Parts: sequence; structure tokens; C-alpha cells
Amino acid sequence: MRIRRLLWLSPFAFIATAAANPAPPPALNVEIGYLSRDYSEPLPISLVEPAVTDEGLQGARIGISDNLATGRFLGQSYHLVEKITPRQGDIAADARGLLSKTHLIVASLDAADLLRIADLPEARDAIIINARSSNDDLRGKDCRRNVFHVAPSWSMRADALGQYMAWKRWTKWFLLRGDTNQDIAYADAIKRAAKKFGGEIVEQRTIVFDPGNRNSETGHQQIQTQIPMRTQSPPPHDIVFVADSEDGFGDYLMWRTSIPKPVAGTQGLQAVAWSPVYEEYGGIQLQTRFRAKIKRPMTELDYMAWLAARVFGEAVTRSGKTDAAGWRAYIMSKQFQVAGFKGQGMTFRSWDRQLRQPIILSGPRTLVSVSPQEGFLHPTYLTDTLGIDEPETACKIRG
Amino acid sequence: MLKASTWIIAASLLFLVSPSAFADKLFVSNERDNTVTVIDSETLKIVKTIPTGKRPRGIVITPDYKEVIVCAGDDDRLDVIDAEKLEVTKSFPASGPDPELLAVNHKGDRIYVANEDDSLVTVMDRATGQAITEVPVGVEPEGMAVSPDDSIVVDTSEQTSMAHFIDAKSNKVIANILVDTRPREARFTNDGKEVWVSAEVGGTVAIIDTKTFEIKKKLSFDVPGVRPELMQPIGIRFTLDGKIAFVALGPSNRVAVVDAGTHEVKSYILVGQRPWHLALKPDGTKLYVANGMTNDVTVIDVASLKAEKSVPVGRLPWGIAVKPDDH
Repeated sequence: MRIRRLLWLSPFAFIATAAANPAPPPALNVEIGYLSRDYSEPLPISLVEPAVTDEGLQGARIGISDNLATGRFLGQSYHLVEKITPRQGDIAADARGLLSKTHLIVASLDAADLLRIADLPEARDAIIINARSSNDDLRGKDCRRNVFHVAPSWSMRADALGQYMAWKRWTKWFLLRGDTNQDIAYADAIKRAAKKFGGEIVEQRTIVFDPGNRNSETGHQQIQTQIPMRTQSPPPHDIVFVADSEDGFGDYLMWRTSIPKPVAGTQGLQAVAWSPVYEEYGGIQLQTRFRAKIKRPMTELDYMAWLAARVFGEAVTRSGKTDAAGWRAYIMSKQFQVAGFKGQGMTFRSWDRQLRQPIILSGPRTLVSVSPQEGFLHPTYLTDTLGIDEPETACKIRG
Repeated sequence: MLKASTWIIAASLLFLVSPSAFADKLFVSNERDNTVTVIDSETLKIVKTIPTGKRPRGIVITPDYKEVIVCAGDDDRLDVIDAEKLEVTKSFPASGPDPELLAVNHKGDRIYVANEDDSLVTVMDRATGQAITEVPVGVEPEGMAVSPDDSIVVDTSEQTSMAHFIDAKSNKVIANILVDTRPREARFTNDGKEVWVSAEVGGTVAIIDTKTFEIKKKLSFDVPGVRPELMQPIGIRFTLDGKIAFVALGPSNRVAVVDAGTHEVKSYILVGQRPWHLALKPDGTKLYVANGMTNDVTVIDVASLKAEKSVPVGRLPWGIAVKPDDH
């Protein structure tokens, strides 16, 4: 008995007991907060598609159960403290509530909410992992010491597509965007990617399009006539790039543009951290596990929240530390890596705390490619060819 | 009593008559084709392609060499191939869901199955094909190995990054060893003193002392000009004399040669793309490598450590089992 108790005290060493039950009682109880808001999500493109209201949260829950599976052998337990702020609710108050319980936060928040909670005095020593926003400023001029990003930035997504276009030698890009801040940010990233990878934006158009009665009888006729009109007479191009984060018109571009060209961006060929069609590097196992428990496909928001929970799990399991400062130091150390079914250990960039990761290029039903593409070289990490590299970063807070 | 020389003459005569009379048979599971390819080890020609259940991956031959057992993961069962008839003669649905890898003990009466989706190791009775018990382990169990004396079973769990040591008598977990990220194969050394565990994403092989359950050494792999993240160890095999270990390094398209005594990585052999699992010819002279991306098997000469030939098989070859010629 005495030997077993001693062993719980060193949960990071192996646990070898001759007794029948190898799982010692928890020696370390780790609470992880999940914070999101009831954002107004775009309606599904078809009414037949179920509207999913728990994206992200379910990924975090699977991540916690994965952490628990390791933890139960090591004398660690994990618990998810969930908070979804109502659409008009006070995010700061909810964040304070969570931060009084834990310093580990999975944040499925937009950029404004994320900054609001990161700047709370209570969050000073927290580790907040951004599992939603692709906003480049969060990794640049608005970076924070306590904010880490598992969500890929707009730049990483645009570069992932840009490399593929360079590989295809599709150099002339016709760019269409909506008018939300997200659309503008993604369009800007696509323009930077064009410069970086030898593409040329032959023309850019802003499209504000309300498909209106798209689901009623003859609803398709309006779309069928409107899309060719809005895309007519473009300069010669190889591909249509689209930045339409609200799903307003992007899906209607395919087979309807005036000149028949493939579509990439927020619709068509998408650059994502995860896709329900992805199954490489054992990814099928996570897809299967998720579907079996949650009864729906795993989305990118689910994956990012899952990955954030796993980052905390790895930090706790492998660091030998028991506090947020120790875990933070471990996450930023050379020893840290997290596996996310991408065929390589993933690490955080020291200059902006962005997770390096291969980016999936996904069609609606098939995986098309994974960037970085062959031949795009970098002295340290090939994945650093995606997004803002150290010399260009606007983030002044390192490490 | 016949003299030895007579035997040799008889043997060589027989060899002249039929070049494959002394041929071993290789059984290669093809994950994407739902087949097992049977290859003659001497002619390196395909003898037969055996249809199996869906997504065949883990494959072993029983110690009596009578049966080749394959995990048909997507059909939630094991398929048993009669090693003489070269066809699936029975299936064991009691394997539990999504079997990925399996091991048979040396006595030949127990089958241990890693149920990837259910975080379980299923212990089966080989004679009846019935499950005896289930042992809960970490998430995505994969590698399975039985110690030479059949007393300990080791399972690795990919997502939990652990090697679980199971007492074969009580079927209870007696130790959990944290290794590097995404452990794939576990392999006992021939003397049973060590278990080698490959960690695919971590890029290392942990050498675990089976007495103290301590990690004695972690091997890492480095080839100039090859990106370190491509060095992903998967399959492990030891030579018959136990002096050399071969480690398949997945996307780096190489097999590492490791001195099993000093634990030094000596060299790397270039093979096909994404070498996965390995098998040794029963006489110890050849190593067979299943190359997932190039759909072939590389034959390596163990004495010269040179890749000699590659043999096309089915799509996404995963694992190999070998039946010696004299059985």
C-alpha cells in the first residue's frame, strides 16, 4: 500500500503495481474552461441540412475524454467547465466566472470577444487557446501573451491555397468577396498570397447577394441568372477565388459563373484545419469516434476545440508541472508537440503563438491536397511557409 | 540412417525439379483491396490473391503455421486463412469492433486483439474463437505483442501515447508507460528482456526494460537531407540472432538498421514509399517490407543489408506474415 501511495505522488513516472487495479485515484484534477457565445451562424445552404448548434463544444468534450483516457493511467483527471454566453450577454462576466475556476481556457470566440477576455486582469496568467478566429491581427498587432492559436489564420489558409495554385500553375485569380470584415480580411490574405506565390489578381469584385427565396419552387432560377450576371466579362483567369464567410453566394458560383472555372476559398476548394472528408494519418479514427458519440460529422470548429483541449492534455501529461505557468513554459518549449492526425507533431511559433500545422485542401466530398506543397522550402519548418513568418510579424510580444 | 550428404543431394535434386519446392509463402494484407496477396519467396511471384473482409491490416501466422489470421477492421471480425488451402475458412466475429492489430501467444491458444475504436484489448480463445475477456486500455489501441514466455502482453495506444503491460494470467494491466506521441508497434526482443515501442509522430523508439518497466533508451533517427518530421518509426523486427533491429520509417521511405546491443542506429536502407510493417524470412536471411504508397514489398538481404527486389502486391499493403517451406 505504501508503495502505491508513493507512486501516485509521482504521476509522471511509470506506474507499476502488482495489484489488480492499476489505476490509482486522481492525484491531479485539471479543470479546463470552454467559452463561446451563441453567435448567429449562417443558415444551412439547404433547409434539409440540420442546423448544428453545438459546434466546437462537442470537439472540446471529445478532447477531454481523450485526455481522461491518458489521465486515468497517470493519476490525472480532467473536467470541462462549459460556458456559452447568450448573443447579447456579457462575455467578460462569464469569462471572469470561468477564470475563477481555471486558467486554462478553450475560446471559441470571435476576435472582439477574444481580446475582451484576454485583457481582463483575471486572465493575466491564463492560457487562452483561440479555437475559432482566423483574424490575422490577433497574431499580429493585437497579439497577447496569454493567447495561443490552434485555429489557422486567414494568411495560412490563403497561402495553403496559393501554394497549390502555384503547383497547378493557375496564376490568374479572379477574386470575389462579400462585404463582412471576415470577407475583407480573407480577401486581403488572398492578395498577399498572390504576391507570395506568383499569382495575379486579375480583378476583384464585391458581391452582396441575398439568395432570398432560394429554397422555394423556382428559387434556383434567380440564382441561375444572377450569378452569371455578376461574374460576366472578367479578364482571362484560371480560377475564381471567393471570400464569403456567411455562405451568401459562394456555393452558387460553381457551374454558374459566366466563364466556367473552378472555385476556391470559403467555398469550393477550401483551406481548412479539418474537414469531414479527411481520413489520412489515422484521421478516420477521430472521425469515427466523433460520429459514434455525437451522431454528426466533425466540423472544423469541433476539431479546433478538440485540439485545444489536447494541447492542455499534452502539457499536463508530459511537463511534470502542476500550474499554468509551468504548463505555459512547457507548451513554448522545444519538447512540446501535439498530434492532430496530420502526420507530424505540431508546435507553436515563438513569435505569435500560432500552431504550425499542415492545411487540408478539401473539396465538398474529397480531400484534394494538403499544404505545404512539395518544393516550398523553409530553413526550420516547412509549415512556416504558411502564414506570417517571424521576419514579417507585427506581434511585439515574443515567447 | 541416411547420411547428411544424401539428404543434401536429395534436396538439391528436388530443388532442380521445382524451384519453389522449398519456398516460403508470404502473406501480405492489402488495406485498400480487401485482399491478402500470397507470394512465393523464391520466385517472388504471386501465388494467389485471397479475398478477405474489409480493411485487412494486422496479420499473423499461428505458431503451428496452420493458420494466418487477419484483422478485417471494417467488418469487425478476424478472418482465418487456412495456410495450406490459401482461403478464408472461418471468421471470428468475437474479436470485438474494429480490430486493427493482433498477436497470438507462442503456445498458440490465445489471440490478443487491439480494438481501435473501443479502447479495448480483446483476449480470445483460438480454438473456439470466443472472447475470454476484454481489457480496457488507452484510446486507439494498436500495437500488440506477447513476451517469449507468454507471461506478458503489451499493447500500445496511439492517442494516449502509452504502452500498457498486461499480465497474461490475470488479464489485468500491470504497468502503463508513457512513450512519445502516437505509439504504433510493440516488439519484444528475442530474449524477452526489452520491449521496443515505435512512436510514429514522436519520431522515436522507446526501449523498455521488461523487469523494471523503465525506458532504458529512446532511439531517434536522422538522415541528412531528409526532413526530421518524415522520420516516423512504425514496424520493428529483430534478426534471428537478435543482434540487429530493423525499424521501418514510414514517409522517409527508409528502414533503419539498429545495433540491438548498443542501441546505435547504424545505417538506413532505401525502400519503397511509406514502409509500414516488416517480416523476417523464417531462416533469417531476408527481411520483407510492406510499402503502403508504392503497393509493393521490398526484399532486403539481411547479410548485406541491401534492398534486392521489389514485388508488386495489392493496394496499400499493410502487414506481412510468413509461412516457412517445411510446414
